[in-house]
Amino acid sequence: MNQSRFSWFNATSLTFGFAFLYLPMLILVIYSFNESRLVTVWAGFSTKWYGKLLQNDAFLDAAWVTLNVGIWSSTIATVLGTMAAYVMVRSGRFLGRELFSGMIYAPLVMPEVITGLALLLFFLAIGLDRGMVTIILAHTTFSMCYVSVVVTSRLITFDQSLEDAALDLGCTPFDAFRSVTLPIIAPAVISGWLLAFTLSLDDLVIASFTSGPSSTTLPIKVYSAVRMGVSPEINALSTLMIGVVTAGVVAFSLASRKIMINRKSDF
Amino acid sequence: MNLSRKLLILVPYSWLVVLFLIPFGIVLKISLSDIALSIPPYTPKLEIFSSSAEWLQYFMALDLENFIFLSEDRLYYVAYLSSLKIASISTLITLLIGYPIAYGMAKSPEHWRPTLIMMVILPFWTSFLIRIYAWMGLLSNEGLLNQFLIWTGIIDGPLIILNTNWAVYIGIVYAYLPFMILPIYASLEKMDVSLVEAAEDLGCSATSAFWLITAPLSKPGIIAGCFLVFIPALGEFVIPSLLGGSDTMMIGKVLWEEFFSNRDWPVASSVAIILLLLLIIPIILFQRNEHKQREVER
Repeated sequence: MNQSRFSWFNATSLTFGFAFLYLPMLILVIYSFNESRLVTVWAGFSTKWYGKLLQNDAFLDAAWVTLNVGIWSSTIATVLGTMAAYVMVRSGRFLGRELFSGMIYAPLVMPEVITGLALLLFFLAIGLDRGMVTIILAHTTFSMCYVSVVVTSRLITFDQSLEDAALDLGCTPFDAFRSVTLPIIAPAVISGWLLAFTLSLDDLVIASFTSGPSSTTLPIKVYSAVRMGVSPEINALSTLMIGVVTAGVVAFSLASRKIMINRKSDF
Repeated sequence: MNLSRKLLILVPYSWLVVLFLIPFGIVLKISLSDIALSIPPYTPKLEIFSSSAEWLQYFMALDLENFIFLSEDRLYYVAYLSSLKIASISTLITLLIGYPIAYGMAKSPEHWRPTLIMMVILPFWTSFLIRIYAWMGLLSNEGLLNQFLIWTGIIDGPLIILNTNWAVYIGIVYAYLPFMILPIYASLEKMDVSLVEAAEDLGCSATSAFWLITAPLSKPGIIAGCFLVFIPALGEFVIPSLLGGSDTMMIGKVLWEEFFSNRDWPVASSVAIILLLLLIIPIILFQRNEHKQREVER
């Protein structure tokens, strides 16, 4: 089979497939620069909706809350998720191991409405006021499971004798982890953090259940605006979010590719 | 066992017990309670530090009333069936669209593949809400899709798509397509190409070689992809809420409305429990499939 170029069938299916994946977002971005308030009629180029957006205090406040929740929850989730992954791969048998691995995988397949409902009822039961703290706790809980899956897959392929050597040479377990294991699993830990961060930025359902009146996140704000219909301000906001995420992901993957190439040339 | 190792296990373990396991216990408990006009709006309430008589009285007051209510009210019955239907049909459509893309990727020149994979994953990193929102403008009566179809002369008047189940299908397919493409691509990519060549040398046509060799060998990827689409689609809330109409019944939406609009916490909790029961079967099947796959590879 010829592997050096595309056959017409494959070229067509890839073109249509990627057009389907990317055209809706491309159109959304284009229409954020539309002069008209009507989102379906093109009336000339304008950046006025971006100006309007930056003057909208409600959106800016929500963006601040979202950013705070994202950074805190993904950082705590990365620490907890890495610990959980380490326990799963290295700790051997301990009491309740099955339950532990069940609790790590369950949130990945759990519908968000159920997780949100369960956490809200829990916060009410213990009398914790809903606000930024409850959203952070909720987001940490589900994203630590994603982090743990990402880090686990890296830890499995990692040569444990390196760690044993460090221990034999007099390192404490913590030192061995910090100076041997952590540098090797760092790419997985960083992508775990990025994943947790985007999951937190993205989450509408769980945040709606666990947020209080004083702490509205950006997705909640967007959702309530969008229910009234399409608006160019939301298009502008979406464009900014798409831009930031795309730049971040592309930069990260280029950086990690570069590191991989450098590592290969070291050996 | 030394102290630091104990701590290492204990910290994530207790976090998950407190913020995952206990909350589910509470959902189960409230699903067995009665609705009441109080805060919180259900009875009986139970403090952790109660006497044994109070505990007994508490358990006597629990009943399956909410579940009986759910089974008698047609609304919920219809919502469960329609969630199952919408999730299955969209999974099938996603497979039909996703397979050719995964196939095209697996057969593409090798130096192209990392870029193509990146292009499939990238939409996954952008906000789910925004991706669904993008379709609201496209599908509306005066939206670009209708403008385009009228311009080409395929239709005379606008098609009503937004706020129908059609829009929900489109939304689910669009949102979960990467989940279908990636596992199928993974199984096609490690397939031995010489098998297909051998079949063709022995007189198979390209089409029958595909059905006899490629399709069966990509079955694990197909199964994994279908579960990865079906499971989240079943409990979906955002898509039916933004793209669907008032007659679109999906269980995630019903749960949301029961909780936020009707403030009926016991019924919302029972809806959640039944949704979980519905999900357990596909999840177990999925895990079995993954497990079998790992054994084969070993």
